[in-house]
Amino acid sequence: MDIQIKRGLLDVCVLAAIKDEDSYGYQIIKDVKPYVEISESTLYPILRRLESAALLTVRTAEHNGRLRKYYHITDKGLERIEEFKAEWREILSIYQFVAGEETKHDEI
Amino acid sequence: MTKYEFLDALRELLRGMPPKEREESIDYYREMIEDRMEDGADEQAAVAAIGTPEQAAEQILKDTPMVKLVKQRVKPKRRLEAWEIVLLIVGAPLWVPLLASAIVVVLALYVVLWSLVVSVYAVMAACFACTVAGIVNFFIFCFAGRIGAALVILGAGILLAGIGLLLLLGANACAKGLVLLIKKMMLGTKKLLVRKE
Repeated sequence: MDIQIKRGLLDVCVLAAIKDEDSYGYQIIKDVKPYVEISESTLYPILRRLESAALLTVRTAEHNGRLRKYYHITDKGLERIEEFKAEWREILSIYQFVAGEETKHDEI
Repeated sequence: MTKYEFLDALRELLRGMPPKEREESIDYYREMIEDRMEDGADEQAAVAAIGTPEQAAEQILKDTPMVKLVKQRVKPKRRLEAWEIVLLIVGAPLWVPLLASAIVVVLALYVVLWSLVVSVYAVMAACFACTVAGIVNFFIFCFAGRIGAALVILGAGILLAGIGLLLLLGANACAKGLVLLIKKMMLGTKKLLVRKE
């Protein structure tokens, strides 16, 4: 997959992973991994980027006697997900056009 | 490798980074290892799953802006003494031009590398222009009745079209290679910047 596209997809996937409830690093990786390849090292810069863009906020909480960072989606982050969905609805209709043309040719 | 060995190695590799960001990265990796252990992995396996400290450090450096690393590197470790400040000001006519020329040299190197690629593209464009000229001249010579000259110039034009196509492949490969090279050089410079003093 094109690197630029993958990067954009990962951002939205991470946002989607914290959309319903706050989550932490390892859980995000487990949630996203089935769909897009992601590792600890790739997640870290994404989280930092999303935080500086104010798409999510970070809080530190105690868990089993140690500290763990939880990520919370902001309104701006939710907006980003909606934007993504709209964008891809458009792309999907283009895909159907392209794929549809191909099958037509096949029939001829 | 144990958790502490991993984290210590990472701290050592990121020694020259701003302390706040270095500790943040280390906290992140510590949390990741601990969460894996909590999930049932034993310590060695949890650390191994994260990769090597070198890989982690490289990834962090890639995403840290160069400016930040340079700032941290040149920031004085203690307050400057009065005489040092005086010396800095008195020496300004010397070190400011030196620093400026160092920056210019680096920039020039960058520009030279890119001009190489640009010149290959320029030669390629010239080849294609000659091809067009060759075809035009072919007709002109034909009308003038000089068939021999017409064929020669058409042949030359087609030859240049071939060279142009070869150059196009070469130039694209060069440009890609150059981008990779520049990325590697950036990472190398960053590694030098955070190196142990």
